[in-house]
Amino acid sequence: MTGWTLDQMAARTAADIADGAFVNLGIGLPERVADHVPAGREFILHSENGILGMGPRPAAEDEDMELINAGKKPVTLVAGGAFFHHADSFAMIRGGHIDVCILGAFEVSCDGDLANWSTGTGGVPAVGGAMDLAAGARAVRVLTAHTTKAGAPKLLERLTLPATGRGVVDRVYTDLAVLEPAGDHFRVIELAPGISLEEVAARTSAPVSLP
Amino acid sequence: MIDKIARSAADALHGIADGSTVLIGGFGEAGNPTELVHALIDQGARDLVVVNNNAGNGEIGLARLLQAGRVRKLICSFPRSSHGHVFDDLYRAGKIELELVPQGTLAERIRAGGAGIPAFYTPTAAGTDLAVGKETRTFAGREHVLETAIRGDVALIKAEAADRWGNLVYRKAARNFGAVMATAADTTIAQVRRVVPLGELDPEAIVTPSIFVAHVVAVPNPVSERDSLLALDKGLAA
Repeated sequence: MTGWTLDQMAARTAADIADGAFVNLGIGLPERVADHVPAGREFILHSENGILGMGPRPAAEDEDMELINAGKKPVTLVAGGAFFHHADSFAMIRGGHIDVCILGAFEVSCDGDLANWSTGTGGVPAVGGAMDLAAGARAVRVLTAHTTKAGAPKLLERLTLPATGRGVVDRVYTDLAVLEPAGDHFRVIELAPGISLEEVAARTSAPVSLP
Repeated sequence: MIDKIARSAADALHGIADGSTVLIGGFGEAGNPTELVHALIDQGARDLVVVNNNAGNGEIGLARLLQAGRVRKLICSFPRSSHGHVFDDLYRAGKIELELVPQGTLAERIRAGGAGIPAFYTPTAAGTDLAVGKETRTFAGREHVLETAIRGDVALIKAEAADRWGNLVYRKAARNFGAVMATAADTTIAQVRRVVPLGELDPEAIVTPSIFVAHVVAVPNPVSERDSLLALDKGLAA
């Protein structure tokens, strides 16, 4: 069983984003979506720390620590880009102006709950902009490996970790499939090449079905 | 004549009382007023409540203030960083109180503080652990959480350039929380790379108008957090 590679997952996610969309990408794997904008489409990337029109990483000699992304890594500004302060940046998120956000996840439940800010015990909790995006973006999509590194399902009937938002996720992109939380189950929209519904079901802790 | 350009950071920070709430600008390294924070350590105020998006990185700026034991409570959204050992150790030892706030709620609570709005409802965090114990109310069928304004006794921020009235312009994504915090403190102190003659800043481009700024401190060559972290890594590796 192989499924999609990380780049194929990112490309599949990007394929569902409309031309002209304002898009916020979470830290980590979601950042790759920027590398897979389909030909002929233009996305405007928003970074929570006050950038619209965020561009790719610069060459090492052009790095500027006053032009960084949400993950505190150097980025660039594309032509047409703009800077603004934090309250305006989050007005864009909380006011429903961001069309799509792509977030990572610890867990997603089949009724659309998302957990990605706290591991529950021990570690230092860190929420950042995740709850604002979960509440305010017009579409909240998750891009994640189907299971944890240890092989435990991340797609569950109910969250076991503290929620970031309730009933907010409308689509999940994994290495095995594209799925939609459908209340009491995950609806499988598309299977990765060579992956069967049974293989997805075996790695999901909630019922799955084809539409 | 109005002249808000302080002779030194020490002059600008004179009189900050123990127990003060201090808003500190910055997101990661960008916009962090590191030199003003170091001057606050020298100034000596204790038992502080600090509001910053993060919890310091490495052992300069906010991390150094925490390390010096001056902060009773931190209000922030993301207290994890690449070199976060100072906060981590204090937090795990129960030596610092943490109020974790969603980043947009944090920005809006500060904006509200600056705009005379005592509280507001938001759907952010509704139904989560960060809404526990807060008043809720349903608008248009959706649950909202009541969040209260944040004001500081002092705001320490970093900008690119100022004139003697205290008008400020910022550079790139270093604007972040600075322009919001400037509005929400009794005394806002800005460190800037450049002080320019009155009239030189383009009025169409001024981001923080002078009314929000009390003191300006010129710091032409601020410390680089990234360089400091690299040095820390080398020191740790040695």
